Amino acid sequence: MADAPVLSPPRGLPRWAGWGIVLLACVALWLWGAKAAPWAFEWPRHATIPAARWITAFTKWLLNDASFGLFTFQDLTRFIAAVIDAPYRVVLSVLSTGFLDGQGSAAVQITPPLAWIAVLASFALLGLWAGGRGLAALVAACFLFIAVFGQWQSAMVTLASILVAVPLGVLGGLMLGILAWRHRWVSRAIRPVLDLMQTIPVFAYLVPILFLFGFGPTAAVVATLIYAMPPMTRVTELALARVPSELSDLGHMVGCTRRQMMWRVMVPSAREALMVGVNQVIMLSLNMVIIASMIGAGGLGFDVLSALRRLDFGAGLEAGFAIVALAVALDRLSQAAAARGRRPAVPGGVVARHPYLIAALAVIVVAGVAGLLIPAIQSYPEALQLSTGTFWSRVVEWINVNYFDALEAVKNFFLLNLLIPFKRFLLGLPWLGVAALLAFAGLRLGGWRLALLNAALVTLIAVTGQWEKAMITVYLCGISVVIAMLIGLPVGILAANSDRLWSWVRVIIDTLQTLPSFVYLMPAVMLFRVGDFTAMIAIVAFAVAPAIRYTVLGLKGVDPRLIEAGRAMGCTEGQILTRIRLKLALPEILLGLNQTIMFALSMLVITALVGTRDLGQEVYIALTKADPGRGLVAGLAVAFIAIIADRMIHAGAGAARARLGLGEARA
Amino acid sequence: MNDDDPAAAAPDPAEGLTLQCRHVWKLFGARADEALRDLGDGATAEAIVARGLVPAVRDVNLSVRRGEIFVIMGLSGSGKSTLVRLMSRLIEPTAGEILFNGQNLLTASDKEMVEMRRHKMGMVFQHFALLPHLSVLGNVAFPLEVQGVARAEREARARKMIALVGLAGREEALPRQLSGGQQQRVGIARSLAVEPELWFLDEPFSALDPLIRREMQDEFIRLQSVLKKTIVFITHDFDEAIRLADRIAIMKDGEIVQQGTPEELVLNPATDYVREFTQAVPKAKVVRAESVMVAAEGAATATVGARTVIADAAPLFLDGAEAVAVTDAGGAVVGHLRRADVTRLLMGG
Repeated sequence: MADAPVLSPPRGLPRWAGWGIVLLACVALWLWGAKAAPWAFEWPRHATIPAARWITAFTKWLLNDASFGLFTFQDLTRFIAAVIDAPYRVVLSVLSTGFLDGQGSAAVQITPPLAWIAVLASFALLGLWAGGRGLAALVAACFLFIAVFGQWQSAMVTLASILVAVPLGVLGGLMLGILAWRHRWVSRAIRPVLDLMQTIPVFAYLVPILFLFGFGPTAAVVATLIYAMPPMTRVTELALARVPSELSDLGHMVGCTRRQMMWRVMVPSAREALMVGVNQVIMLSLNMVIIASMIGAGGLGFDVLSALRRLDFGAGLEAGFAIVALAVALDRLSQAAAARGRRPAVPGGVVARHPYLIAALAVIVVAGVAGLLIPAIQSYPEALQLSTGTFWSRVVEWINVNYFDALEAVKNFFLLNLLIPFKRFLLGLPWLGVAALLAFAGLRLGGWRLALLNAALVTLIAVTGQWEKAMITVYLCGISVVIAMLIGLPVGILAANSDRLWSWVRVIIDTLQTLPSFVYLMPAVMLFRVGDFTAMIAIVAFAVAPAIRYTVLGLKGVDPRLIEAGRAMGCTEGQILTRIRLKLALPEILLGLNQTIMFALSMLVITALVGTRDLGQEVYIALTKADPGRGLVAGLAVAFIAIIADRMIHAGAGAARARLGLGEARA
Repeated sequence: MNDDDPAAAAPDPAEGLTLQCRHVWKLFGARADEALRDLGDGATAEAIVARGLVPAVRDVNLSVRRGEIFVIMGLSGSGKSTLVRLMSRLIEPTAGEILFNGQNLLTASDKEMVEMRRHKMGMVFQHFALLPHLSVLGNVAFPLEVQGVARAEREARARKMIALVGLAGREEALPRQLSGGQQQRVGIARSLAVEPELWFLDEPFSALDPLIRREMQDEFIRLQSVLKKTIVFITHDFDEAIRLADRIAIMKDGEIVQQGTPEELVLNPATDYVREFTQAVPKAKVVRAESVMVAAEGAATATVGARTVIADAAPLFLDGAEAVAVTDAGGAVVGHLRRADVTRLLMGG
């Protein structure tokens, strides 16, 4: 896209003339076109492409009739399910249920699961190995928190899914990444697939997966793999490409075979970068396992979801915090393991070389035996559990009793003056006009290819009968993004000026980003009940983090010599901010805007739970009806909106960079 | 550093020549071989660039003799690193022949190439190229590990090499715990672990501080006096080239501008470009006694080897002697070195 020339208007006309003509045409169409060309406003129902029905039929065919000669498609899905199911059963038995003999309620426990103290101690020892005492204490505290608040069982179910999904995701991503690095055509072929996998809302592929793999933890792990593998693939390809050429020369010079070259030279040399990918896989898996509770992952995600359905704020919040505790522990552990690097080998026997492993095994055995005698060691005693659930419910109740009118007034003010008028305006727009406008903007920003892409995607949304829902999506997402930027920019500017403020803000936005998206819905629903306004609050809360982060990064990245030069010329602080820093940080801020939009879209789908009427709702309904076609088509429409926004902003940021002479656009 | 006279050592050319490049070309860019064929004799740098290709190496002819240090010197972008990668076939040449012990490397199969690199070639890299996850011992043993040598044997051989480069005791250290000089010692030890016949060094000391560089050069000279390998040494530093080389090839824009002994280059620079480098070099430090000696007449008390450079022979004149006898490798007097000639070289530079 970068190489396509940006068209300038023909000589003699001012630059805005093109815009003027296109805008006028659109306004004319909007005002007077309703009668002349009703199809430009609403694509006629009989001409709608029944993509949803096709996809559903295709999936049914896949499941029932498709065959690859030697084996059928169903055999394939069953095989995949079995591959995932076997390790999952083992890990779940170890962590949660114990090894059982027999089926259902008649089952007899042969061995109990690991004692909670043993799990806690093992992870603490892992922390000690990877990052020292501080990390060990943090990890232990996180697990203790989970135990004390009575979330142990659910947390272990979630942990079991993650422990199965992460190695598979890392391995799969690594293999794909290696293939992509080796063969250009693989790289080119999988790039758009990876883009789609990351922009389609996760709900959308939950539906086909549900269809193919049935309801249960296996399907959840499959969904988690699809969600968590793309970043690992990208990181692998990038990491291998960045290994210094001297190292591959070395490999050739010492006569490595292809396999030796990859596993003895390239992969070990790229280890540090690869660990970043592993961390990503862990965090994304955690995020997804929570969402996948909708198709039977169970665990903490299910607790949050069911609390949300019951509107039991307290219970949901506690399960949410348990997720955060788990996320913090796993995140810090994997980051420390990545930073640790190899240390010189310690001479001596098995015990001296693996002190941590031996200690963990010892703790597990001792705790297991002691647990048979003292139940409190085996499972955390209920008598010592705390629950703040009722407290939080009371707080919300109290707020609602005392401030109901005020909250209602705020909500109504926003609804009547901002949300509803904007929604009406967008719904009244003709899709043809929007397509033309976006195409023209694409032409100006990035050239013909971007223009064609925009027009094609908008048209596709319209002809598959998604226009109205797509516009509601754009309206909710748009307003939320604007508000998130309005909050994020000033906070970012303030935080960029003060390191102390930034260290605080960073902790807050890091926490906001590890919280599973469900959790955001809770307080909003408690205070404002279901509806668009609630959804907007949740989206803003979720999407404000990247707005702040990129603003700070951009402002901090401005060359200090330029600021010095500005000061030397006698600029006031305000002038330095507006004339120098914000101008130069513009590309970064635009990328932040991009991320904010992506976050908003991914949250938007989840807000379907609180009764919005957009594409997210469509996906959600498809999920409950197990209709893969409907879900995928709506999901793809969301992905199209995301792709248009992404490409336009990238083109804009690239143009800004070029204008500022900052070189090639990153990311 | 080398006792044989390279000029006289090879009456049978196939015997003395280890590595030969014949009309070697390397152009980077799409369909470079077609372009080169089309251009034929008209393949000048300008014509190649005009076709959108990068001429990295142009029509290089050279032969490296057994046991000599052959230095390829050029500034950055002159194509010297590409050339050394062509010689080891890390990069495929666009045209030409590369003969190693009479065998054309370009027709060798992948398997033959792997065997040849495993047993006959070693390479030292500018940025050391140590594997970050392996200890010093692991790095040095790595080429042997790749060949499938048993652990005990490869570690014993690696330890010997580590001791040879003066790093005994640091076997368990990791690369990042070592200084640059130490890291390159590891790189040298690793390249020697397979006891190669042909040793490539690609700017091995360029990434080091000047003092360390000097020390490493001395170390290198010491090693070579023991090992007597056939060496292709790449550098951008003319002083380093003069110090180490038996013969030097100077590259510019992918072409070899001149090749010869340091002495020949300093005394007869072929172009202004070469003169730029040589004019700063004190002649007394490169010119050898055999080049300025005259026929022996009269008596001379002291003697000096024919290959001694003038700067080293000069102290013999301190006691007022008018002439010093020059002897060949066998000890026979082949000529006299006169005081006047030595002074002229020392003063005039």
